[in-house]
Amino acid sequence: MVAGIPTLWLLVLFLIPFIIVFRISFSEVRLAIPPYTPLLSWRHGAPLLQLHWSAYRFLFTDALYVSSYLYSLKVAAVSTLCCLAVGYPMAYAIARSDAAMRPVLLMLIVLPFWTSFLLRVYAWIGLLKNNGVINNALMYLGVIHHPLALLQTDFAVYIGIVYSYLPFMILPLYANLEKHDGTLLEAAADLGARPVRAFVRVTLPQSFAGIVAGSLLVFIPAVGEYVIPTLLGRTDQIMIGRVLSDEFFENRDWPVASAVAIVILLLLVVPIMLFQRLERRQLEAGR
Amino acid sequence: MNAIPPAAAPDSAYVRIANLTKRFGDFLAVDDVSLDIRRGEIFCLLGGSGSGKTTLLRMLAGFELPSAGTIRIDGADMSAIPPYERPVNMMFQSYALFPHMSVERNVAFGLEQEGLGRDQIRRQVGEILDIVKMGGFGARKPHQLSGGQRQRVALARALVKRPKLLLLDEPLAALDKKLREHTQFELINIQQRLGVTFIVVTHDQEEAMTLGTRLGVMNHGKIAQIGTPSDIYESPATRFVADFIGSVNMFEGRVSDDGADCLRIECGELGCTVRAERTVSCTRGATVWTAIRPEKINISRQPSAAGVQQAESAENLVRGTVREIAYMGDMSIYLVQIDSGRMMRVTLPNIMRGTERPLAREESVWLSWHGSSPVILTE
Repeated sequence: MVAGIPTLWLLVLFLIPFIIVFRISFSEVRLAIPPYTPLLSWRHGAPLLQLHWSAYRFLFTDALYVSSYLYSLKVAAVSTLCCLAVGYPMAYAIARSDAAMRPVLLMLIVLPFWTSFLLRVYAWIGLLKNNGVINNALMYLGVIHHPLALLQTDFAVYIGIVYSYLPFMILPLYANLEKHDGTLLEAAADLGARPVRAFVRVTLPQSFAGIVAGSLLVFIPAVGEYVIPTLLGRTDQIMIGRVLSDEFFENRDWPVASAVAIVILLLLVVPIMLFQRLERRQLEAGR
Repeated sequence: MNAIPPAAAPDSAYVRIANLTKRFGDFLAVDDVSLDIRRGEIFCLLGGSGSGKTTLLRMLAGFELPSAGTIRIDGADMSAIPPYERPVNMMFQSYALFPHMSVERNVAFGLEQEGLGRDQIRRQVGEILDIVKMGGFGARKPHQLSGGQRQRVALARALVKRPKLLLLDEPLAALDKKLREHTQFELINIQQRLGVTFIVVTHDQEEAMTLGTRLGVMNHGKIAQIGTPSDIYESPATRFVADFIGSVNMFEGRVSDDGADCLRIECGELGCTVRAERTVSCTRGATVWTAIRPEKINISRQPSAAGVQQAESAENLVRGTVREIAYMGDMSIYLVQIDSGRMMRVTLPNIMRGTERPLAREESVWLSWHGSSPVILTE
């Protein structure tokens, strides 16, 4: 009974929608309601199953799709690394801070969630645009004479993603680092390891599970990110989330849109499976 | 119980702790401790929780900085030396083995920090693992080992660098009783073989007595007494030490006669005069405490059978009633209520199998002791 509720949840909200999308991806477009061909039809009194690969084939005929996938993976990977670079020291500092301060610091990490995500991304437009806060300030100080093109660049997308997803990196890392046994570092020092070496040899390897968890929590949603690149990003290179939305709402090509979605899923399943294998290994290690 | 004779060079102060003090806010964890530790000995710091023994150990390792005072190891001042540069290694109470490293990697860690060659590291790791009898376990991870095996790996890891001083924080606390006894003797064995000076912190007096060449009993951040295990047990310097080590019957009294070689003390609580060999200087009329160990008391049905004293002299002889008997196998503990109302604890070894007429509860008995048994304490 207890196990039934999560199963039901996954079935209704994940598996069934997935099957519907999967099924549509093997159809062809037609002008009708619904706007795609049925897979099963009756011909001469016998059922006929027609699977069309055209949607998938189409993804590889137009360079737009491949380049959008690669660009999305690149943006997600760079953003994840940036989140890790910014988030690890923050998580470490919180885990090492005074026990009474920790809830306050964690609260500050989560605080941005209290404002609408969309609003926060719009706020970055105000900061980054040509006559935005940053350019105006730099011009006023005389550092630059012409406004920097900050908006509609990769840089703006990285800023947006790192800013929005940073808590997802910090929280699992903090949960991991907070559990570390301080005597292990003392033992390392006692055996002759300087602080930096002790960190590299003891803390870092032990926080590996936290690094993986945080990275996946940033990487996976970042690959399919739609809002941030649309509002802050380049116009000549779109991310795959935007492609997906355009196929559905602009081209009304449901089969191609579904195929795009299925390929994203495949790209993400690989890291998820890796993550699960790692988790299992951690469990077996008796932690 | 003391297994080792005193170290070869008894007057060399290998580790010299001078006026060491550690303050945490208003709390004095270690209060002006001065202590010399000899090369090659096992020195046990014994004390209850909060006595400052662990803080003292952590200052030796370099994890805590002294508020005042100095530590010298083999002549070198340790004040400005960080833990990773001290010629000291520590075996942690929790063992603190690196969970993500194999036994071999754990033991090799310290040698790797010295930048030794791979072959040399492998050889030294192999040697020390053989010494602690963990030779076949190099590839295991700590969580695949039993508590006793982990303890050995922790010992090997701490010893592999051949430190001048090995600090052991409650080394046997995590082991069960049987294993603890066995490991105690092995620890002494390894220590003698390698000649490393050990400082052991423990709250377990039995552990301290078995392991230690000398003991330092700590109380409220101060050293209450330093001596060999038998010094501390047989000649405690204060009431605290007498009470902390082993069990003791303690009575307040007043010196009534201070002869050249014997003292007489009137103990109201005891209901008799105590005659004791003179071991302390005290004047007539002074308040003192008489401490008598339970195994140094005779128990018998007849006052005449009680031994050396005459009943009528009423010295070192009291009458009482057996209230409780605890049979422990090797010995029995008798709780005797003496006529003054106080309880006394007496232990007798069970030398014979099945005595004809064993003492029973509520039986009237006489308790007596030799004049060398009472320890007279002035503080």
